[in-house]
Amino acid sequence: MSLENIKDYKGIFVFIEMTDGEVADVGLELLGEAGRLAKAAASTVTALVPGDGSVKPYEKLAAYGADRVVYLQNPALGAYATLPYTRALQKAVEELKPEILLFGASPIGRDLAPRLSARLRTGLTADCTGLEIEAASGNLLMTRPAFGGNLMATIVCGEHRPQMATVRPGVMQRAAKKDAQAEILEIPVEIPEEDFAVEILETVMNPPSKLNIREAKVLVSGGRGMASPEGFGILEEIAALLGGTIASSRAAVDAGWQPKDRQVGQTGQTVRPDLYIACGISGAIQHVAGMEESGIIIAINKDENAPIFGIADLGIVGNVNSVLPELKRQLESATA
Amino acid sequence: MNIVVCIKQVPDTTEVRLDPVTGTLIRDGVPSIMNPDDKAGLEAALRLREKYGGHVTALSMGPPQAATMMREALAMGADRAILLGDRAFAGSDTLATSSAIAAAIRKLDYDIVITGRQAIDGDTAQVGPQIAEHLSIPNISYAQEITPSEDRASVTVKRVFDDRYQMQRVKLPCLLTALSELAEPRYLSPGRVFDAWREMKVENWTSADLDINPAVLGLKGSPTRVKKSFPKAVKPAGAVIRLEGREAAEAVLRKLKENFIL
Repeated sequence: MSLENIKDYKGIFVFIEMTDGEVADVGLELLGEAGRLAKAAASTVTALVPGDGSVKPYEKLAAYGADRVVYLQNPALGAYATLPYTRALQKAVEELKPEILLFGASPIGRDLAPRLSARLRTGLTADCTGLEIEAASGNLLMTRPAFGGNLMATIVCGEHRPQMATVRPGVMQRAAKKDAQAEILEIPVEIPEEDFAVEILETVMNPPSKLNIREAKVLVSGGRGMASPEGFGILEEIAALLGGTIASSRAAVDAGWQPKDRQVGQTGQTVRPDLYIACGISGAIQHVAGMEESGIIIAINKDENAPIFGIADLGIVGNVNSVLPELKRQLESATA
Repeated sequence: MNIVVCIKQVPDTTEVRLDPVTGTLIRDGVPSIMNPDDKAGLEAALRLREKYGGHVTALSMGPPQAATMMREALAMGADRAILLGDRAFAGSDTLATSSAIAAAIRKLDYDIVITGRQAIDGDTAQVGPQIAEHLSIPNISYAQEITPSEDRASVTVKRVFDDRYQMQRVKLPCLLTALSELAEPRYLSPGRVFDAWREMKVENWTSADLDINPAVLGLKGSPTRVKKSFPKAVKPAGAVIRLEGREAAEAVLRKLKENFIL
C-alpha cells in the first residue's frame, strides 16, 4: 500500500453488533470513543450495521454519536454469521475506505475482525483498552494489555489501511445521548453461495443470571478462599443488602462453584463498579486486570501476602468465615 | 479424519510476578508450557482420531526450544510434530504468523484444523480465524464440543457466546478454535513419553519448505508494529489491617460510609 493510497482512507468507522434486534452496549461505547477520536483528528464517525432490513436503529446510533449510518443489507445478515458478515464489511471497506475500523472485543468481534483483516491484508490489534491519535503522524495508537495483563503495549499500523482494532467491552465511555440526525446510506450486499458453509441448528440461551456483572454498581466477589459453592450464599446476601450482585474469580469458576458469566478478569469480564468487595480472592494479575478500575476496592483474605491487598483501598487480613457473617449482620442494621 | 492442531509454547503467565518497586516483569524461572487452549484442542483431536481414525499432526511456529513442547505433543499421542523455525519468521505479527502457518497447512492433508482460542501471552485470538481466511475454509470460533456427522462430511460444533450458545454445522474442511473447556488434557504415560523422546522425531521446517512469497513473512509481512511497551501504572494501596469478626465488619462499614456508599 503506497502512501498516496493511504490518504484516500478517511473517517472512523465502528462495527455495530446487534443482539436480538438491539444495539449491543459495546457498540455505543465504541461510538463514544470514536467521537472523542474524531474530535482530535477532525474526522467523522460512521456506524456500520449489517442486517436483514428488519431493524434499522438509525435514531439510536445518531443519538449516541454517529455522523453517518451505513446499513449493509442482505437476508443472510439477520443474525451473526462469520462469512456473510466478513463479505458485508469487505464491501463497505472497499467502497468507503475507512481510515480506522473499530470492533467490540466480544465473541463476535473477535471472530469477525481477524477474518476481515486477513482478507484485507491489513493490521489488527486485539482487545485494546486505550486509543489515541498520534499528533505528528495521524496514526492510531492502540494500547492493550499483554502477557496476561502484566504489561501494556502500544501498537501502530502505519503503512496499511484501515487501521483495525477490537476494543474491550466495558472500558470506553458512551457519549451523553443527544438529539441529532445522521446521514443514512443503505448498501445492498451480495453474498455468494460459498459463504453459506455454516448452518445454525439451534440457539440456546444460558439460564437467566442475576444482574449482569458489567452493569452492577456493587460487586461482592468470591474466590478459592470461599472454599465451597455454598460459601457464595452469604456473598449473595451481602450483595443484595448493597444493591449489587455476586462475581467470582477464575478459580471459583474452574471449580464449578459459579457460572462463567460471573467471572471477572482477563479471560472473564472487565468490570468497573463503584464498589468491589473481594472475598477469599488472592488477586492474580489476570483477576486484577478485570477489576482494578473499580471505584472502591475492599479485600478480605487470610493471607497477608495476597497480591489483592496491593490494589485494595481497604485490606482486611482475616478469615472470611469470621468477617462475612458479622458484616452481613451490621449491614442489615445499617440498612434497616 | 485427519486433523492439524496448531499449538504455541508460551510462558506460564500465571507464574509471572511484577517487581513491586520497579513495576517490571520478573521473568526469571517462569516455566514454558503448551498454551492451555491449544492443549485442549490437541486433546480433542486425539479423541476424535481414537474414535473415527485418521491422523493428528501438531504444528507450531517458534524458536528451537519449542521442540520440547512438540515432544510433549508426540507424547500425548500426535502422529507427527512439525516445528516451523526460521529467521525469516522473526518479528511476525498475527497476520504474518497466520500466513506462514497457513502455508504449512497447505502442504498437509487435513479435514479439520484446530487452534486454541487464544494464547495466554498475547491474548489476541486472531491467528485461528486468519489462518482459515488464508486457506479459504470456514471457521467456527469458541468451540466447546465437536461431533462429526455420520458421513464425516461435516461436524456439529457447540459455539459459545456471552449469554447463549449455538449448535452449528459446518462442512469439512474447516477450522475450529478451541476453548479450554473443549477437552481436559490426558496425563502422559511413561511409555509414550519414552517413545516421544527416543523413537519419534520433531520435523523442522523453514520458509524454504513453504510455497509462499517471502514478502508476507516476518517483520516485512507484519502491518502492525509494537511502538512501545511499559508496565501498567500501579495505584497506591490503602490500609491493610489484621482484624476478625465484629471489628473487621466495622472497618468495612466505616469505609463504605466515608465513600457515601452507605
